[in-house]
Amino acid sequence: MSTATPTRAPHSDVPTGHKAAEGRVGAGLFDPGQLVKSLPDAFRKLDPRVMVKSPVMFVVWIGSFLTTVFSFTDPGNWFGWTISAWLWLTVVFANLAEAVAEGRGKAQADTLRKAKTDTVARRLLADGSEEQVPGTELRIGDLVVCEAGDVIPGDGDVVEGVASVDESAITGESAPVIRESGGDRSAVTGGTKVLSDRIVIRITTKPGETFIDRMISLVEGAARQKTPNEIALNILLASLTIVFLLAVATLPPFAAYAGTHLTMVVLVALLVCLIPTTIGALLSAIGIAGMDRLVQRNVLAMSGRAVEAAGDVSTLLLDKTGTITLGNRQAAEFVPVSGTTEAEVADAAQLSSLADETPEGRSVVVLAKEKYGLRERHQGELAGAEWIAFTAQTRMSGVDVDGRKIRKGAAGSVITWVQEQGGTLPEDADTIAARISEAGGTPLLVAVDDERGARVLGVIHLKDVVKDGMRERFVELRRMGIKTVMITGDNPLTAKAIADEAGVDDFLAEATPEDKMALIKREQAGGKLVAMTGDGTNDAPALAQADVGVAMNTGTSAAKEAGNMVDLDSNPTKLIEIVEIGKQLLITRGALTTFSIANDVAKYFAIIPALFAAVYPGLDKLNIMGLSSPDSAILSAVVFNALIIIALVPLSLRGVQYRPMSADRMLRRNLTIYGLGGLIAPFIGIKIIDMLISLIPGIR
Amino acid sequence: MGPVLAGVLQLLALMVALALAYVPLGTYMAKVYSSDKHWRVERWIYRAIGAHPNTEMRWPAYLRGVLAFSAVGVLFLYLLQRLQGVLPGSLGFSSIEPAQAFNTAASFVTNTNWQSYSGEQAMGHVVQTAGLAVQNFVSAAVGIAVAVALVRGFARSRTGELGNFWSDLVRGVTRILLPGAAIAAVVLVACGVIQNFSGIHEVGQFMGASQQWNGGAVASQEAIKELGTNGGGYFNANSAHPFENPTPFTNLFEIFLLLVIPFSLTRTFGVMVGSVKQGYAILAAMASIWVGFVTLMMWTEFSHHGPALQIAGGAMEGKEVRFGVGASSIFAVSTTLTSTGAVDSFHSSFTGLGGGIAMLGMMLGEIAPGGVGSGLYGMLIMAVIAVFIAGLMVGRTPEYLGKKIGTREIKLAACYILITPALVLIFASVSMALPTPPQSMLNSGAHGFSEVLYAFTSASNNNGSAFAGLNANTDWFNTMTGLAMLLGRFLPMIFVLALAGSLAEQKPVPVTAGTLRTEKPLFASLLVGAILIITGLTYFPALALGPLAEGLAS
Repeated sequence: MSTATPTRAPHSDVPTGHKAAEGRVGAGLFDPGQLVKSLPDAFRKLDPRVMVKSPVMFVVWIGSFLTTVFSFTDPGNWFGWTISAWLWLTVVFANLAEAVAEGRGKAQADTLRKAKTDTVARRLLADGSEEQVPGTELRIGDLVVCEAGDVIPGDGDVVEGVASVDESAITGESAPVIRESGGDRSAVTGGTKVLSDRIVIRITTKPGETFIDRMISLVEGAARQKTPNEIALNILLASLTIVFLLAVATLPPFAAYAGTHLTMVVLVALLVCLIPTTIGALLSAIGIAGMDRLVQRNVLAMSGRAVEAAGDVSTLLLDKTGTITLGNRQAAEFVPVSGTTEAEVADAAQLSSLADETPEGRSVVVLAKEKYGLRERHQGELAGAEWIAFTAQTRMSGVDVDGRKIRKGAAGSVITWVQEQGGTLPEDADTIAARISEAGGTPLLVAVDDERGARVLGVIHLKDVVKDGMRERFVELRRMGIKTVMITGDNPLTAKAIADEAGVDDFLAEATPEDKMALIKREQAGGKLVAMTGDGTNDAPALAQADVGVAMNTGTSAAKEAGNMVDLDSNPTKLIEIVEIGKQLLITRGALTTFSIANDVAKYFAIIPALFAAVYPGLDKLNIMGLSSPDSAILSAVVFNALIIIALVPLSLRGVQYRPMSADRMLRRNLTIYGLGGLIAPFIGIKIIDMLISLIPGIR
Repeated sequence: MGPVLAGVLQLLALMVALALAYVPLGTYMAKVYSSDKHWRVERWIYRAIGAHPNTEMRWPAYLRGVLAFSAVGVLFLYLLQRLQGVLPGSLGFSSIEPAQAFNTAASFVTNTNWQSYSGEQAMGHVVQTAGLAVQNFVSAAVGIAVAVALVRGFARSRTGELGNFWSDLVRGVTRILLPGAAIAAVVLVACGVIQNFSGIHEVGQFMGASQQWNGGAVASQEAIKELGTNGGGYFNANSAHPFENPTPFTNLFEIFLLLVIPFSLTRTFGVMVGSVKQGYAILAAMASIWVGFVTLMMWTEFSHHGPALQIAGGAMEGKEVRFGVGASSIFAVSTTLTSTGAVDSFHSSFTGLGGGIAMLGMMLGEIAPGGVGSGLYGMLIMAVIAVFIAGLMVGRTPEYLGKKIGTREIKLAACYILITPALVLIFASVSMALPTPPQSMLNSGAHGFSEVLYAFTSASNNNGSAFAGLNANTDWFNTMTGLAMLLGRFLPMIFVLALAGSLAEQKPVPVTAGTLRTEKPLFASLLVGAILIITGLTYFPALALGPLAEGLAS
């Protein structure tokens, strides 16, 4: 039985059906007001030194510049000015998408900065005296003292004392947590506040590199580096851009031979319509928004690479306790030995558990009440009762009342107690206990010593309770091609029973950190990507080895250093959501790339007849949209090209809808929506824009 | 039987024949490149050229082999032509001028077989047999070797080794092309194709004038011309010449020959990567493009507007009456979709849209089914691109055949797809911008432009067929198409081999339910869609000013 006091109430509410639906990635609101707010940033990003980082949009930038210059040479030409204006808008819209994505992080960064007010640290000197120094002057290894009301000046480990700490500045969670020296709960974060007691902290990070500093730069996107897949996609987009640049740049001699002169304006318009501007404009926003979706779930990814890797994960290592099962075992039934009744056992079990404040003890009282209608008696109700509280040493609790001594506890302890009282053991107690063990449960014996002598009454069946909805989740994961492995310290028998009940694919029983490490390496050797969670110092090597290592914020600094993500809620179940967010990020990129390329077909049907129908009238047959005039056709294509970026900003920030399903179904679905949709949508969009343009008086 | 029905039946017969050959030939070729036994004659060759056939090569070494061998081939062929005047057995033809000799050398070494000369009026027996025919074999074997190296890149893991170029080259010739061509030559001779070393015959014509016929080892060259997707005819009229292609049956047989290796190589690929289904998916993508193009071609050529066309039952200008519209359409599509370039009819005389289909076929990059070897590696590169775009849509970073398509892989694939569009468009554009080159055009207007566009499309994609009309025997066209052929052949090979090396080094990613299934019809159709859209977008403006302007004019 557990004696450790959890530092925070375990998150037993995740994932219930309702919460699971809400927690599905894909949710997230988009506020159009953000567009307006981010406009200044969008204009600031027009700086060519910034633009050059996005090759596709940089080409549009140059194109806009050229058409504008050209328009100055021919100022009476409304067409040139209009095209130039829309080309600049295309660039601004792309910048806007990025600015909006970054803006969301900025708000979070501001909140964090408030926590990072300049603190004064009380540095402990070698002679035991204290000196006041600014928090920014602390060095690694310094010892500082914090008492109730102090803000912790920097990241470090508690080396002396225990205190309750308010970490809401980072986690948003208002309930205080316990930090104590030694063990796995010793890490404290700069910017958090000590609420009670006094602790001595050894500083482990340089000022400016603290957890909070890193968080700020992460959510602001300042530290954002392009991820491998993003770089690869950029290369492909750049090469497509070059292909289209060639197609357009080689056109003038062909056109001249045909007998028509193409102006700079129409060439640039054609080029901008063809190059993959939609995905080029939204690519960086998609990446930032992906990180942001993690931040919204209180997960900090130390690199975008980790988020991508999350989408590729094929093996999940899940800790049993807290992830698959509720944190604690619970009483599931009372089994009487022969000669006693269930009611007797229930009554004795309840009485003997009243002095047991552990979750297991409470669950006995709850079961007695719910299943046997036994009202919970309070300790004060029974006059003259002597309560024996549960301790880790005795592993028993009980009560002595009215000459009866009732005990319940671990089998070994209770047997010893019965024998000491001179009692005997019924034969079937052993069989029952063995049966419960085999089923993966933990047997507790209930015994009494009264006028009939000391004897065992029955057995309490303590059971690991698998969280609601976990089975379904594992089925989903399997459908996505992800193997789940349950990690537990239990013996193989117990582990197997729980693994079967929860429906995980595999389990690792009696797991030591070395076993975990070996398992990860074995999976990786087979080419698999492994994700895991961990909090203890001895988890650190495995966290570092795993492709996605999510450290719990309650864990040690070693664990947090080793992992590539930190879950501020310390909720191991979140690993599943992290995987989904990773997948969603990749799907969004693929979907918008496909959409962007498919869009081009319609643009050709708008622009080519507009350019050449005058010299080759047969080409007018390609004007299947029946656009009103050549100028209007080209303009409509350019306008559509610009507006589609704005139209897709919400999608790129929110991510495309994601449901766990097999790769085949997912491809079919997304290909239909974004491939076929991307082919058809612009035909409709360009036609509508053309109809609107042709309504404007003075335009042919 | 109407001509349309005849065409359809020929197409069906062809498909049945190809289907029958697919499994045995594909499996056999896989064995050829997987076996560790050397034939005795192969050992002699290795000893003679000083190669160590069992040494595994990493990609730079493999590439060095390809480039060195091809460079020697170009040089040898160039010298042979330049010295023709002093060589015996030259039928009295003089030496070839430098620009044309360069062009022809580049053409045959790159498996293009663009011919700016008329075979019967320029090349004697020695150049034809010792020079051109030899390259017909080895240039094809080089193509297959590079494709096999890429397949090994997919099949192998945690090694950078891609096999041995010399062994792959020699085996391609001794075990696949020579036996195949020998059988094919016998069939062709039996059907009336000539095979001799006879001189020039002066033959009187019905109307009183006279004509010169020369003999030659035509059947043997014809066999490898088709089987190795070379396309360089013994005679100027190529497979329209009755000595090369006398009957409707030989016509169909020649189409079969030029398609059989490229299609069957998908089986070889499937066997070598350990999943024949993956081969079927690639085959399905190739075959659906091929069938689609043949159907379109037949449709444009049979649907007729003008009275002359109606009387003839289709667009018969430039087509042999013994083949008709149907068979000529199948040949035209098959020769342009493979990198063959042999012709049994004149593509310039096809309808405007028909000419466009032939051109688009080459613009796809010769991948459906493409040249021997080059078709497979070209298609696999497109598969890598398609996987990259669509693979993301299943929520994983893209992977193909258990290999991650990361930054390095996509960089190489992206470079590959840039090359031929760049060559075609830049060469054509510069040619149109300069004052002299357009004078080579026979026709004016859109058709004249099509002649130039076709020439560079054909050269850069190593096809070799010509849109008759253009006078390509000028210094400009000889030099520029020669360069286009060399760059269009060897630059892509660099990227293919580098990609192969990069793939072979990776550790494999296991297949799970979350993996994009690249052996499914959905992926095959996605691949076809990606190819058509990317190629279509690249060339649409140019095509609009040539064949589309012409074809839509009426």
